[in-house]
Order: sequence, then structure tokens, then C-alpha cells
Amino acid sequence: MLTKEEVKHIADLARIELSEKETEKYQAQLGKILDYMEKLKQVNTIGTPISDGGMIDLENVWREDEISDRQLVTSDKELISMAPEVENGQVKVESVF
Amino acid sequence: MIQELHQKLITKEISATELARDYLRRIEEKNPVLNAFITVAEKEALKQAEKVDKKIANGDEISLLAGIPVAIKDVIMTEGIKTTAGSKILENYIAPYDATAAKKIKDAGAVILGKNNCDEFAMGSSTENSAFGPTKNPHDLARVPGGTSGGSSCAVAADLSVYSLGTDTGGSVRQPAAFCGVVGLKPTYGSVSRYGLIADASSLDQIGPLTKNVADAKIVFDMIKGKDEKDATSVSLKHKNIKTLKQKDSLAGFKIGIPQEYFIKGIDAEVEIAVREVIEKVRELGAEIIEVSLPYTEYALAVYYIIQPAEASANLARFDGIRYGNRGITRNTTLNYADKLIDVYKKTRAEFLGDEVKRRIMLGTYALSAGYYDAYYKKAGQVRTLIRKDFKKVFDKVDILLTPTTPTPAFKLGEKTNDPLTMYLEDIFTVPANLSGVPAMSLPCSKTKTGLPIGVQLIAPWFNEDALFEVGERLEKSNL
Repeated sequence: MLTKEEVKHIADLARIELSEKETEKYQAQLGKILDYMEKLKQVNTIGTPISDGGMIDLENVWREDEISDRQLVTSDKELISMAPEVENGQVKVESVF
Repeated sequence: MIQELHQKLITKEISATELARDYLRRIEEKNPVLNAFITVAEKEALKQAEKVDKKIANGDEISLLAGIPVAIKDVIMTEGIKTTAGSKILENYIAPYDATAAKKIKDAGAVILGKNNCDEFAMGSSTENSAFGPTKNPHDLARVPGGTSGGSSCAVAADLSVYSLGTDTGGSVRQPAAFCGVVGLKPTYGSVSRYGLIADASSLDQIGPLTKNVADAKIVFDMIKGKDEKDATSVSLKHKNIKTLKQKDSLAGFKIGIPQEYFIKGIDAEVEIAVREVIEKVRELGAEIIEVSLPYTEYALAVYYIIQPAEASANLARFDGIRYGNRGITRNTTLNYADKLIDVYKKTRAEFLGDEVKRRIMLGTYALSAGYYDAYYKKAGQVRTLIRKDFKKVFDKVDILLTPTTPTPAFKLGEKTNDPLTMYLEDIFTVPANLSGVPAMSLPCSKTKTGLPIGVQLIAPWFNEDALFEVGERLEKSNL
């Protein structure tokens, strides 16, 4: 079970504004889903490593840190122009504090 | 089907332009009802078709996929074409570059008809979570086509495209393939590049084809697979222990495992009967049937619905109204006004993300948050290791596993939308393959009395897609 305060805290961490009604809805739904997860407690995992994902033979991929002459697929200008608000070739945002 | 169309193209029985127009006409006629496409790229499609026709006229050699009409799920980026991921937050987003898988088929001359509808950011099991309305099942318009690649499965089943590129994070290619009566392949994790795929859960996502038949699935998979330096988890394919069958119509010498955990209480009676009939069929074809057990299967769904939301919560942090997509404030009005950056994030995500996506982001955020990490994310990661070991062990004994793809045939629109957990249970037979990385394919095996398709799932060891094709083609030939 989750408390209303916990749902509000999670929504805050997740950067999602919730109305009071939504908070109640998610409280019930998330609580029910988390109850289902309880079954994992039955599994003895002492000494079992955490899976490193879907891959087998996982290997790190390295390359030299050097400037490539390969053309960028997209220009920085084009990427910046996708922002909702742009000023003087820069992405514009509200004040942080 | 691809091979046949290719023959017709190179013998000039039809032109690529005629073929494209034929499909575009059907889309125009049927899409208003089926809603399988979010975007139709008529101009681009006809331009590409013309290019292919010129090549044919010049007597140039063309690839198998050249001139063949295809649709692409709208989470896969296509340069210059709108790519929405089924979300309001990207409703006007034009992809600035191609996903590697899209680029590969484009370079081969594929004619891209448009972008298929899907659940928002590929989260769901019915395509009802699309911000652009649900797709309908062409076999029964009151039912869902499955999800999340429901637009793809619908388009292939209704002849609105020859094949489609979908994505499968927990069954999103296989389950809609089963619901719509087409073939759907989830390749081994790492065999197809994820570059340019809008990320859902990075350790689970794979791009895979939805096709009319097994031969087409093989053709498309062979075209899109391979290592890509832009995706560090992609690998060059090393085929191991491939058993090539000698006789065309026989499965003699093949060991097929039937996992008892996939025949559980709650499975639809018609589905169970249909899959049991397939088991008899493969036995008649000479395969050895072996009852096996994958004891950790029952925990797979709980593991999946921790790991998937956890990874998605991190991946979707980028949708905050700053660099691209919609932004949830209006400047110079007091309405919905935000004066701090953090409020921009919160309002943007509140306004433009759908219910299910918010639910998963919150679930994942919770599972990763201080004090809960060990109980949820770490525990799930450990059980995931055990699920993977189950597969490793069982593939010492058998060449392939055979199971139902889904516990039920296509359900009604709206039937499960109010209860997220019931919707999640829909994925119970498909998530284990994603958690362990093994390849799996669904193919149509029968129909219910009311005419709804039923799918059977084949699961092979890592990088043994060919085993899926070999068995799948023989089942197809036996008039499954």
C-alpha cells in the first residue's frame, strides 16, 4: 500500500504535476500493482547477482577519444531549432531558482 | 510474399509505383476505420517507388526489399517524417535522422508508406494507450489488435502494408501478431540495432518484423540485423549450435520442449486446444516432444513490471518541454503560468503524457527511489538472473520451446483499460523472452469459433533465429 504523501513524493521526483483526484487514482492503482510485486519476496536470491540485462557475453565498447572526421548526421543548428523556445541560437528556459 | 512480389517487379509484371498506389489506395479506404497509421507518407513513398522503377528499367539489380511497401511503428525514427511515439508530447516531432533499422531497409529500396499507430512510448498491450486513438482489430472491429505494435499487426493483416517494423519490449510484436493472425519476430537482444528507436526500456527493447509469413520474417530480419557502432549493445551475429534440418517437410531429430508453466489455469480453452493441436502436429512431423519446466516463469511478470518501468522512468526524463516536443506553459498569460524551470517540467509532463506512461514513470521512480531500491529493482534484477538460468538449462535439453503466445484471443476495446494489472497479465507468456534476451516468434495456428486468430509462440536459444524459421516454415507448410 502507498500513502497519499508517498504518491505525491514520487510524482514530485518524477516531475509530474498531479491533481488531488489523480493522486487518489494513482494511489489505488499503484498500490494494487505493488501488492502483486510482493510475490518476489518468496524467491531466495541470496548470493544471486543482478542481471546485466538482455545480453549474453556483455563487453564494454571502447574507442579512442579523438575528433572524428565523420559528418554529424544532424547539424547543431537543426537540433536547437527543434526546441519550443529559441533565442539567439540558444534554447530559452525559465529561471532555475 | 516478398519473394513473389520481387519476382513480379523484376519481370515487370507490376511496377513499384503501381504497387505503392495499390497499398496507398487501400490505406485511404480502410485507415479511417482501422486507425493503423498515424502518418501516411504518400509523397515520399511514391518518390521512392519511382526510383526503384527507374532502376528496374535500367536493368540494375535490386534488393529483395526494393519497391516493397512497408510501414514502420511510430517509435522508430524516420528522417523528415513525423515520429510521434503515439504521444501528444511528440505530436509535431519530425525525426532529424533515421533509425539504423529504418535506414537499412530504406537503403535497400523499401517503399515506406507511413508510420503505424502504437501505445504511447510502447507502453501497453492493446494500442488503446495511443494519444491518437486506438487501432481496431481487422478481424473484429469491436476488439483490440493487441499492442504495443497494434498498428503494425493491423496494417499487415488488413493488407495495408506488406510488412511492418515493430518493437518488442515485453511482447509488443508477438502479442499483436497473435491477435491479428500474422507472424511476429522478437530477435535476440542485441541482434538488431536500437539506434534511432525512441527508448522504452533499453535492456528489453528489440526491433522486429511483423509479416504475412515466416519466409518474409526471415528476409526482413536478415536485412536489419547486425552490429552497429551507434548501439553499444548490438553484436555481430555468431550463430551457434544451429541444427539445419535435412528434410523439407520433416522435423525429425528436432527436440521441442513444452514448458508446463505456460499451460496455466486461466488460459482460454480454445487457445489451449489450438496449441495442443500444434504439439500433435510437430509430433507427426517427427519432432521429439519433451515436457520441460521453467520454474521461475511465474515471477517473470512481476520482474518485468519493475524493470521496464524503472528503465522507462529514466529514459523518459528527457521529455520535459525544453529541447523538443510540446511545452506545457503559455507565456504572457496567467493561465497555466510557470515562473520556475521545475514547474515547466511538471506542467509539460502533466499535460502531454498519457495516464499509462505517467503510471509507469511513477512506478519506476518508486522502484528506484531511496529506501526501495533493494526491495524492488535489485530483487527484480536478481530474479531476472534466475529466469535467464532457467532458459540456459532448458536449452541443454531441447532445441526450441513451444507455447501459446497469449492466454486469450483479442479482447474487446475498453475491456481492460480501467484495471492496469489485468492489462499487464496479458503479457505473461511473452515477457520471459525479453528478460532473458532469447529470440521468439509468434505465428498464427488456428482461429476461435468466432473467427479470432490464435497464435503459437516458438522460443529458441540466443542467436538461433534460424531455428525459429526452420520450425515455423515447416509448421506453415503442414497447413497449420
